[in-house]
Amino acid sequence: MFDNLSEKLQRVFKSLRGEGKLSAENMEGALREIRMALLEADVNFKVVKQLIENIKVKAMGEEVLTALSPAQQVIKIVHEELIKILGSHESKLRFANEPPSVFLIVGLQGSGKTTSAGKLARWLSRNGHRPMLVSVDVYRPAAREQLKVIAREVGQTLYEGAPEETQPLELARSARRESANTGRDVLLVDTAGRLHIDDQLMTELQQLKEQLNPVEILFVADAMTGQDAVKSADEFHKRLGITGVILTKMDGDARGGAALSIRHVTGQPLKFIGVGEKFDALEPFHPDRAASRILGMGDMLSFIEKAEEAIDKKKAVEMQRKLIENDFTLEDFRDQMRQIRKLGPLESLLGMMPKVGILKDLKDVKVDEKEINRVVAIIDSMTPRERDNHMIVNGSRRRRIAKGSGTSVQEVNQLLKQYAQAKKMMKSFSGGFMGRKLGKMKLPAGFPFGDLPGR
Amino acid sequence: MIQTLFGSVEQEPSLLERLKSGVEKTRAGLVSALEDALQGKKEIDAELLDELESTLIAADIGVRTTDEILERIRQSVERRQLGDAAGLKGLIREQLLEILQASERAPARVAEPPAVILVVGVNGSGKTTTIGKLAQRFRNEGRSVLLCAADTFRAAAIEQLEIWGQRAGAEVIRQPGGSDPSAVLFDAVQAARARKMDYVIVDTAGRLQTKENLMAELQKMTRTAAKVIPGAPHEVLLVLDATTGQNGLEQARKFTETSGVTGIVLAKLDGTAKGGIVVAIARELNLPIRYVGVGEKAEDLLPFDAEKFIESLFET
Repeated sequence: MFDNLSEKLQRVFKSLRGEGKLSAENMEGALREIRMALLEADVNFKVVKQLIENIKVKAMGEEVLTALSPAQQVIKIVHEELIKILGSHESKLRFANEPPSVFLIVGLQGSGKTTSAGKLARWLSRNGHRPMLVSVDVYRPAAREQLKVIAREVGQTLYEGAPEETQPLELARSARRESANTGRDVLLVDTAGRLHIDDQLMTELQQLKEQLNPVEILFVADAMTGQDAVKSADEFHKRLGITGVILTKMDGDARGGAALSIRHVTGQPLKFIGVGEKFDALEPFHPDRAASRILGMGDMLSFIEKAEEAIDKKKAVEMQRKLIENDFTLEDFRDQMRQIRKLGPLESLLGMMPKVGILKDLKDVKVDEKEINRVVAIIDSMTPRERDNHMIVNGSRRRRIAKGSGTSVQEVNQLLKQYAQAKKMMKSFSGGFMGRKLGKMKLPAGFPFGDLPGR
Repeated sequence: MIQTLFGSVEQEPSLLERLKSGVEKTRAGLVSALEDALQGKKEIDAELLDELESTLIAADIGVRTTDEILERIRQSVERRQLGDAAGLKGLIREQLLEILQASERAPARVAEPPAVILVVGVNGSGKTTTIGKLAQRFRNEGRSVLLCAADTFRAAAIEQLEIWGQRAGAEVIRQPGGSDPSAVLFDAVQAARARKMDYVIVDTAGRLQTKENLMAELQKMTRTAAKVIPGAPHEVLLVLDATTGQNGLEQARKFTETSGVTGIVLAKLDGTAKGGIVVAIARELNLPIRYVGVGEKAEDLLPFDAEKFIESLFET
């Protein structure tokens, strides 16, 4: 649905060749596209208005550089402006001088508070803390049960509360006492979801704040929220003074313009983003990457980082050598597949890639991890000699390999063909997939899944 | 026996009133803002159109739909059908109604009960709560309802549905957490058929529309339902959080592709929720809105009627 902004801008600026400076006239179409992109990413329209003003002022009179196309130039300016709002660096959590530090987790219904509480507990314990969880959601059916199950799953302590404790305040107070007594340094208080206009429940939160004196009041917001994001965030902030934001459900295709709006109206930093259903899917927030995403440009940095994490450097160097010497065997091919698999769910990786140029077509590729498994299985069923030299794999060997890997001869054929293509192609780019030159990488559409059966 | 999927079509007498109080905030956001923009304006000029645009976009109606509405206004002005600002409100109201009505469609008729209703949506949109309210509504109409706890993934989802089931007086078919949702659905639909129940409402785990494998799981569930009762599921309701922005379009598109959504439930419309995204969805995907949720109580799920909805928005 979302075409890449830079692509659209390229089109807008086609006519600009030969002009020396960006001006109000030649910027008009570009600004319209930028405005559209921002609104479609659900950035609040008031914020958009102001952004566009700033961008206009900044871009006006800039010389059209030869190094950058006008489109790139404008995007650079927009990107800078977005980061200005989002904040330029990561915001860390604060802790009280005297434990336990109380974190109050608040937000609208269904924004993801309980799940985020579980993820945060896990994250904290991974980072040297001893958190305790407590749910004071006495309203939603089975809400406390939900946190209990989650606490068990992430292996963290939960204050369950005595049967007679049915009020949020009571529960929270006892939980704090309990965490102090048992040497827990952080108490995560999961509150009931509420609408910011619900005066009674908002008052309850204010009481919780007074009683518990939390160091962090984290507002949990859904990345898919539309124009209303500012209102609820603003109201929560006015009543409670939130200290940070957790933006959830960022693993979908929402572009998360709400992040920008919330930051803009509350001035409070985004601290974490939720990026998956598993409990380790909580990441510190990186403003620069979010800015790219809002513009529909993917999150190349996260991709590269993830790739670097998963890919064995030594192997990469070895691979490069092999590529240069055209010594790339099926064994290496299998290694590569395994490394790709290590990168994690491929869809989420593809989501991080900018949808430009050759990679543009990738967005339509449905990557099935089973296909990788199948490729690996086929190669596993070969003898070392066959892996070394695929030319010797004749008909009867193919039948044996197919049998051994539970696939068909056609699938084996296709894999061999694909390998041969890959080999040819790999030779043609220096640096290679495993090198650090990911930015320059040129892959044919759908590589390496283009020709596999079962799609 | 022939029944329409949602039983009797008669409207509660207080529907309009309740709708009005439910959409109070939306009205305040959209219509009052429109009125403010129009206040004291005689002529339709660029400035006024700009303001109208902001108002519509602020309601999450989306850039494209907004552009279309504004284009119509411009045309009317050019053709001199619309001379002054006073007529603008009426024109916008007309267009919104037109868009919403165009997608209206009666629910499928169910030749032989049970009617199978599959409830889908992203995480946290309000599926389980909607099901609780829906069950209550059917029970109040004297229908028998079986609930199917096919959200076997989220912690305590089954327990949550069971509490709603107790409130509504509807039995819940469940299996231990982590079971195959299709298996639970199979059991529930079979049980409902054997017991001659009127409705089976199937709760599914929340999933983001980009997760291919989870979407495939939904597909499997619809296939399973069809295996037990040809033509099932008779209704696939996509529950949408009313605060959802432009991503709602993608949700509606992808869920329709994989599980054949037949209608939208707009949840959490009370609050300052905007809900304008349903206009965009109605226009671009031609999906009818079936219900709106306007509060926490069981009776706060109201059947959607485009005319009444628009009326409640535009008339105080």
